[in-house]
Amino acid sequence: MLLSKQEIQHIAKLARLDLTETELEKYGGQLSNVLNYIDQLKEVDVSGVEPTAQVTGLTNVLREDKAEDWDKKEIEQALADAPEKEDRFIKVKRVIE
Amino acid sequence: MSFPKPQAIGHRYARSGVAMRIQGLNILLLFIVYIFRYIFIWLFFIIFAFSSWIPAFAGMTNRKIMRLNQLTIKQASELLKNKEITSLELTKACLARIKDTDGKIKACLTVCEKEALKEAKQADERRSQGETENLLGIPYLAKDNILTRGVRTTAASKILENYIAPYDATIIKKLREAGAVLLGKTNLDEFAHGASTENSAFGPTHNPWDLTRVPGGSSGGSAAAVAADMCIFALGTDTGGSIRYPAAFCGVIGLKSTYGRSSRFGLISMTSSTDVPGSLTKTVEDASLVLSVITGVDKYDATTVNAKTPLTPLLKGGLDKITIGLPKEYFVDGTDQGVTEAIDKAIEDFKKLGAKFKQVSLPHTKYVVPVYYIITPSEISSNLGRFDGIKYGLSVMKNPPQPPFVKGEEKADLMSIYTKSRGQGFGPEVKRRIMLGTYALSAGYYDAYYLQAQKVRTKIKQEMDKVLEEVDCLLTPTAPHAAFKIGEQVQDPLKMYLEDIFVAGASLAGLPAISIPCGFDNGLPVGLQLIGKRFDEATILKMAQGYELATEWHLKKAGI
Repeated sequence: MLLSKQEIQHIAKLARLDLTETELEKYGGQLSNVLNYIDQLKEVDVSGVEPTAQVTGLTNVLREDKAEDWDKKEIEQALADAPEKEDRFIKVKRVIE
Repeated sequence: MSFPKPQAIGHRYARSGVAMRIQGLNILLLFIVYIFRYIFIWLFFIIFAFSSWIPAFAGMTNRKIMRLNQLTIKQASELLKNKEITSLELTKACLARIKDTDGKIKACLTVCEKEALKEAKQADERRSQGETENLLGIPYLAKDNILTRGVRTTAASKILENYIAPYDATIIKKLREAGAVLLGKTNLDEFAHGASTENSAFGPTHNPWDLTRVPGGSSGGSAAAVAADMCIFALGTDTGGSIRYPAAFCGVIGLKSTYGRSSRFGLISMTSSTDVPGSLTKTVEDASLVLSVITGVDKYDATTVNAKTPLTPLLKGGLDKITIGLPKEYFVDGTDQGVTEAIDKAIEDFKKLGAKFKQVSLPHTKYVVPVYYIITPSEISSNLGRFDGIKYGLSVMKNPPQPPFVKGEEKADLMSIYTKSRGQGFGPEVKRRIMLGTYALSAGYYDAYYLQAQKVRTKIKQEMDKVLEEVDCLLTPTAPHAAFKIGEQVQDPLKMYLEDIFVAGASLAGLPAISIPCGFDNGLPVGLQLIGKRFDEATILKMAQGYELATEWHLKKAGI
């Protein structure tokens, strides 16, 4: 199976990645190659087999839904990494026109 | 700085008729200076010659012979306990070694000298107040995908180049409480995506055994640093072999515990269902010492398990009641002869120690890599969604597009902040995995790829659990060959993925596994892997330690 350029572009859009022309071309070939190898999974009979998402056997680990306060310094440190902010808020571009 | 030598001063005065008018007094003074000098020289010589007999000086000369940075945790903590060395001396020795060798090896991305020296002094203070924990005052390095409060954490990615975490990962917090001294952060494949450390945005790490070769990955910086004695131990993370595989390439011990043994809180998430933090050490005993500190239930990681099983190897009783399984699918063509020979020799050594062997079969082994490379990219595509150029990390918001605009990009809208920040911030392998995962999870392909892989994963896990009911542990090579040349495999992602063939199985099944040195192939270290039952680290540690005590592979040092 060979992924077309349109398909690669579609995946890049879903993945929120801005790719160059060269990258689009390169990933097309490489991803097709990897997927061809992975395709052998289809030969495994999995009828009646449950999927495994995690292996510990734990279920429903619950805790109280309680807000934990950060100290002021921690909040400042966390906000310090944001590129644009106003007071205690991180600024984003307009979402609604 | 240069001071005039006392001798020169003496002569100047001797020739100055103004300062010293009486010639006789002049000669007398000179005579006294010479006598004192001789006495001092002889005194130093005598002290030095007999210093090894005087307890107070014994440490000083021994230290010169065996450098402090070469010590194991066990050795260093004994010396600290007996007050023969201080953590400050130990820390300085490691920092000096980093300065000497890291220009060639490039294992460290950040060295936090100032903080380390401060922590070392605090550790010495705690020792002087009677505290005696094993890791108190022991200097270590941490892989740079583990958050350290106040010390930069980059994940070896441009997107986090200047990121400073506001909190410590749980395992770092535990080590801090135990008094271990953080020296700095080590190189890795960007976001731990890789098996060679060549995918780092800041350049590859070099294998101390041969600088033209890779150290393995993704915890390559940590493995190389331990092999070159830049630290007493190092932390790594293992998602599909990322601790064990570089441990094998660098000739050190790499332990990945059972999934759920140690908290993942504060690890930069890659594949949440298989990520496990662990250690790279110089001995097996050190590995169990680190594990005993970093393990435990954490309220910030709901997948941690309160396991009551012991962590320390119970060496008493030898290995004669142990049965080791040899899965035939792990002993196939394609493994280098040098590796096969080293493993065969190790099997004979284990037999001499009393262990019994049994041939077993894990028929789904050939699906381990395909399953891993669906599940891992899928979880990556989701986990790396957090890097959006808004909250932290590289962002084009700082430099929004200016006119004239490229087609359709009239302004910097939210979408273009996402796509451009991510497009510029992520390296090639990260993008490849995000794309692969996005595809596997996308409408129309989810059932065929992701769901199918999760089901085959069930079969792999059940099969391994079942075989481990018949035997106490499994023995396999860690990697099919020794370290390869830098640049040799970068152009072929699939070939690189196949490197995980022997290590990804234990990750998918969540089983504990350790890689230990078992020989050399053309001067390059070869690793042997022991895989244990879930939460039964004690057995593989016992096996590994029994082997280590009977062999000397772990004592061999890279000549750098």
